[in-house]
Amino acid sequence: MREIKKGTKVTGAQSLIHSLEHEGVRHIFGIPGGTILPAYDPLIDSDIRHILCRHEQGASHAADGYAQATGIPGVCFATSGPGATNLVTGLASAMMDSVPMVAVTGQVNTFAIGGDAFQEADVTGITIPVTKHNWLVMDAHDIPRVINEAFHVATTGRPGPVLVDIPKDVLQNQTEWWYPDSIDMPGYRPRTFGDPREVRTAVELIAEARKPIVYAGGGIIKSFASEELREFCEVTGIPAVTTLMARGSLPDDHELCLGMPGMHGNYTAVTSMQHADLLIALGTRFDDRVTGKLASFAPNAKIVHVDIDPSEIGKNRKVDVGIVGNAKHVIRQLVEEWKRAQPAQSDITQWKAQLGDWQERFPLRYPEESSNGQLLPQHVVDTIGKVTGGDAIFASGVGQHQMFASQYIRFTKPNSWINSGGVGAMGYGTPAGMGAKVARPDEDVWVIDGDGCFQMTCQELATMTTENIPIKIGILNNAYLGMVRQWQELFYDGRFSGIYLSQECPDYVKLAEAYGAIGFRVEHPEEVEPVIEKAQSIKDRTVVIDFRCDPAEKCYPMVPAAASNDDIIMDPRFHAPEFERDD
Amino acid sequence: MQPKDALYDAPAPRGRKGMHTLSVLVQNRPGVLARVAGMFARRGFNIESLAVGPTEDPTVSRMTIVVKVEAKPLSQVTRQLDKLINVIHVEELAHNAVERELVLIKVNADAGVRSQILEIADIFRAKIVDVHPEALSLEATGTPEKLGALVDILRPYGIRELAQTGMVAIARGKHTIDDAYLSVVRSEAEIEEAV
Repeated sequence: MREIKKGTKVTGAQSLIHSLEHEGVRHIFGIPGGTILPAYDPLIDSDIRHILCRHEQGASHAADGYAQATGIPGVCFATSGPGATNLVTGLASAMMDSVPMVAVTGQVNTFAIGGDAFQEADVTGITIPVTKHNWLVMDAHDIPRVINEAFHVATTGRPGPVLVDIPKDVLQNQTEWWYPDSIDMPGYRPRTFGDPREVRTAVELIAEARKPIVYAGGGIIKSFASEELREFCEVTGIPAVTTLMARGSLPDDHELCLGMPGMHGNYTAVTSMQHADLLIALGTRFDDRVTGKLASFAPNAKIVHVDIDPSEIGKNRKVDVGIVGNAKHVIRQLVEEWKRAQPAQSDITQWKAQLGDWQERFPLRYPEESSNGQLLPQHVVDTIGKVTGGDAIFASGVGQHQMFASQYIRFTKPNSWINSGGVGAMGYGTPAGMGAKVARPDEDVWVIDGDGCFQMTCQELATMTTENIPIKIGILNNAYLGMVRQWQELFYDGRFSGIYLSQECPDYVKLAEAYGAIGFRVEHPEEVEPVIEKAQSIKDRTVVIDFRCDPAEKCYPMVPAAASNDDIIMDPRFHAPEFERDD
Repeated sequence: MQPKDALYDAPAPRGRKGMHTLSVLVQNRPGVLARVAGMFARRGFNIESLAVGPTEDPTVSRMTIVVKVEAKPLSQVTRQLDKLINVIHVEELAHNAVERELVLIKVNADAGVRSQILEIADIFRAKIVDVHPEALSLEATGTPEKLGALVDILRPYGIRELAQTGMVAIARGKHTIDDAYLSVVRSEAEIEEAV
């Protein structure tokens, strides 16, 4: 970072770029325009690398993927009006998934604000609900303070996106360089450690439980608590489910990892929670996609809920013990208290035997062959997982392909599974994978995408080619908006409406080539593995693979929306509808 | 000192079930009202009344918010409020807090009924703030119950216009909302230090 003396005359724009350097920013995803133009001039003299995206939505998801792959806040730039409004989807996704992100937007001149100027939009107003906080900077002198606060808010407590809106004249005005050495935010006091009294009570409940389950959420990844989670599970012997946002927080090959719960979770993960007498919820928010119908979720379970956000405790489910704090620190406290107190633990061997029996009888399964001779999406995803050995970063869009990826890839480490879980923004995968690759250039990045999702943000292929960001994108091309098709088949009597995309249009191989990427098409099951291996060997260019998949394939198991987790629907090809349940 | 007028302290109730009075200290920044109001709208909480004004500290404003809590626990409202970065502290006031609203009422008052209205005003300790041959304007302060009673009794004369503030409130006794805020900050710091 270039050091400049306090009091040096700078423009607001220079002050902004220096402030970003001060915060350790190395990459910015963005698109310039009229009002943010002044900020692009001092960028030339900075070591910060600006990656010119092809759409602001892509820039925002790239910043999100960058952050999810590392925990380092992703930064994106956009101009006023439409540039800024195009960030909204990305901000909303980062907000729901607690991803640290800093968006900087240009704004019309201070004297023009409120007058419906060209490319004016009330961006701080628009983004209040989708940011953790935002700022409109009306004086160039305030830029360092606001950038300092912005990074502080984005990365501490429950992480999240923030937005800093800066009018053009504020960027142009002269000011003196300074940087604050402390933060004065009396209303913002993020918590770290849990209340020791609550920790003791929690340990007592954990020791008493006969059917305990650890319900691990995205907070484990966000607080880098994977090691602590593993130790907690091993010390107590309690198995864990890892939610969509927590995949990889406990390795899938760990004997205590039960995999993903929720709407498309595996039978054992879903049912274990229903039968549990204690849920130890760590960094998770009892999302409807996990709980199903709340009234019948885990009906016999007491709840220990650890979360950094006090408003999550008791929001959806009444708790027996609520501990506010950073998951990493609170789990460490729990482990220490467990070791200190050495509580007499109830016998949980029978419970674990029950779980093992379910795992054996109701594993995730897909058939040998598809219904029409085309590829099985599960087979494609499974093969990508096997060829990479889980040693890659996987990103996805939203839909069937996302669920298949989360189900079948055997995740081995945290920050290796990147998706838009809460908001469920289609089109997230391709730009997010690009952002992850920028953050961790030595890792292979695989995007598992759907044909619907890919078409929403595929223009970022141009960014990848021109900026030399080589990733691998596997499109599970089933010609339809697959998840919607599945719902229409199951819940609307197969009356398909507004979902057909075509398998041929666009020609994904030609599209890839047009963007300077390499395109492959796979139509036969025996080609799946060799083409994935070939893609794996290409390190210098982006590879797009058009996997022609069977449109009829559905994602199982499934708990229908608003249904009870007890009513989980298994794949009828393997389990008769009234398969034997252990009620 | 106990207030003299029993009407001021009429026990709350009827119609105020599920109502809670929140005293909220916020940073005095542009847009803070929009953040608070937006949070209520977004999360489906109902604001019954809201009043904003300065405090003894010019950098801090105080919002008094009366919320009606039905489906969700009050803690959801207070915690979501507290999560807003510009919100410094949220305190629910006890039911015996001093609660006041102010109302201005323009009521028909020709010579035939003027004395009756003056009598009513006197009973309610309302002030006459404007006089016209056909109308009187009254100013009254008190609890929502008291002001409701005043409005009810004036209604037959014909209320031409009415303007009412949201509630402002303050806890009884010597302790202040700053004391409550500092005690929360202290207990948070104790936890951080104890570990």
